[in-house]
Amino acid sequence: MTGTGVGPELIRLDGVSAGYDHHLVLKDVSFHIHEDQFTGIVGPSGAGKTTLLRLLLQTLKPTVGTVWKSPDLRIAYVPQLETVNWNFPITVFECVLMSRKSSGFGPKPTVAEKESVDQVLERLGIADLGKRHIRELSGGQQQRMFLARALLRQPQLLLLDEPTSGVDISTRHDIMHLLADLHEDGVAIVLTTHDLNGIATHLPHLVCVNGGIVGEGTPSEVMTSALLERTYGAKMDVLEHLGVRLVVDQGPGNAEGQRLK
Amino acid sequence: MTTLLEPFAYAFFQKGLVVAGFSGALLGLIGVFIVLRGMSYIGHGLSHSIFGGFAAMQLFAAKFYALGAGLWGIASALAITAVTKRSKVGADAAIGVITIASFALGVALFSKFGTSGPSFENALFGSILGITNGQIVGLIVVSVVTSLFVFLRYRALLFSSFDPDVANVSGVNVGRIEAALMVVLSLAILATLTVIGVTLVAAMLVIPAVIARMLTNSFSRMLLYSTVIGLFCGIAGMYASYFADVPSGTMIVLVGASLFIIVLSLTGTAGLRRSAGLDSHAEVGSIAKVR
Repeated sequence: MTGTGVGPELIRLDGVSAGYDHHLVLKDVSFHIHEDQFTGIVGPSGAGKTTLLRLLLQTLKPTVGTVWKSPDLRIAYVPQLETVNWNFPITVFECVLMSRKSSGFGPKPTVAEKESVDQVLERLGIADLGKRHIRELSGGQQQRMFLARALLRQPQLLLLDEPTSGVDISTRHDIMHLLADLHEDGVAIVLTTHDLNGIATHLPHLVCVNGGIVGEGTPSEVMTSALLERTYGAKMDVLEHLGVRLVVDQGPGNAEGQRLK
Repeated sequence: MTTLLEPFAYAFFQKGLVVAGFSGALLGLIGVFIVLRGMSYIGHGLSHSIFGGFAAMQLFAAKFYALGAGLWGIASALAITAVTKRSKVGADAAIGVITIASFALGVALFSKFGTSGPSFENALFGSILGITNGQIVGLIVVSVVTSLFVFLRYRALLFSSFDPDVANVSGVNVGRIEAALMVVLSLAILATLTVIGVTLVAAMLVIPAVIARMLTNSFSRMLLYSTVIGLFCGIAGMYASYFADVPSGTMIVLVGASLFIIVLSLTGTAGLRRSAGLDSHAEVGSIAKVR
């Protein structure tokens, strides 16, 4: 899998600082997203991962620096499941359809709109769930629904906030395979994750964030004890298994190689 | 039977019935967005704010009280939006200050100078006496404009109500939609104020939408149900107010409240669960409560 970013630029952040209520969360960030990129943003809670996504989405304005976006760039965004209002009265079909600009009048979709929603639901394996309320889905199905909503926009760049948070291992694999397929189809992908071993290590490109960009590169370049300690502020061992890097948290009890009792 | 048909012999009642039906349906339709966006308090605040404009215009240009009160309401709505966005003051606090101060001004003006139009009590609780043809036309025009707005901008309204951040990214001008919704809400409150009354308009913005939410999980059906429920409450409440000899707004709200209790008892916990998260924004961790 390629994805370290060598194609034409889609978005560029130059010397950007940003935050909320005069409190800077990110300082002096320079970051480029290219057409063929598949990047994971990792870092501890409060490090600025979601803030970086919001800068890319341009829903947050930088206090310093500039954000450049390729003209007419189609961006789609998959939010964290934890931030969704699951009590909102909406079916899966209605939820997916909302991302398409209306070409009709009122709630009834046109034939073409219905076909396009049916196709994307089919592609994501949730074609038979269209009439269900969004709360009646499993975590994996909910994630697929929001991916379907994003794909209906035929995006060039797909941004996902913690796409595997709260899903089981099998669903995590399914979602990652799906994202890999989308990337193969030419969609640039940027996601945030807390999951270093389940997600980050399998991605072609990583960005470590903690108040700014601490480091970026391939997993073999980034997943080192020194860089991870700088990112997370905790000691971590990095092992290699079948060519894949795995992170072991030393934790307070085994800082000197002892197991927690 | 003759007694039941008796009120239809009066022209004022026929007018009142038309206005009450349109008012209920209009508030039911727009109320869906108000409830789902957690804006119930702004409905309450705006109706009080418009009362201030209403009273002020009685003093200076009574003939144009509707125009003045409408502009006053729209200005209040936009001021609340601006204060909320540009300062650390929350929307509820901004509404509390701006609209209730406006209401207090209205009460002071009424008390000091009286009125050449509707009485103080009628403005507060609604009345079907003295409804003019101009008011009926105004209400119908506002109903048509609101319906067109909802149907033409249906998907943008839905998207920005459910997920404003993603809607913004997806090409929906959320700020413009919210401003338009505020204007439509102000017009709807203004157009229904005379029949339902300042203090009771907010209830009719909320009750039909909450009942509809208890009955369906679909957004499009909720819009339809809420409009029909509002229509029913308006007509049934107006009819009941004639026999009970009480202000129309009070009976319209009481019919809505009774319907709420009936639907609640019929739908049981399913209905309660559906309406449980209404009027509150999604919170981090809320997923744990509902899944």
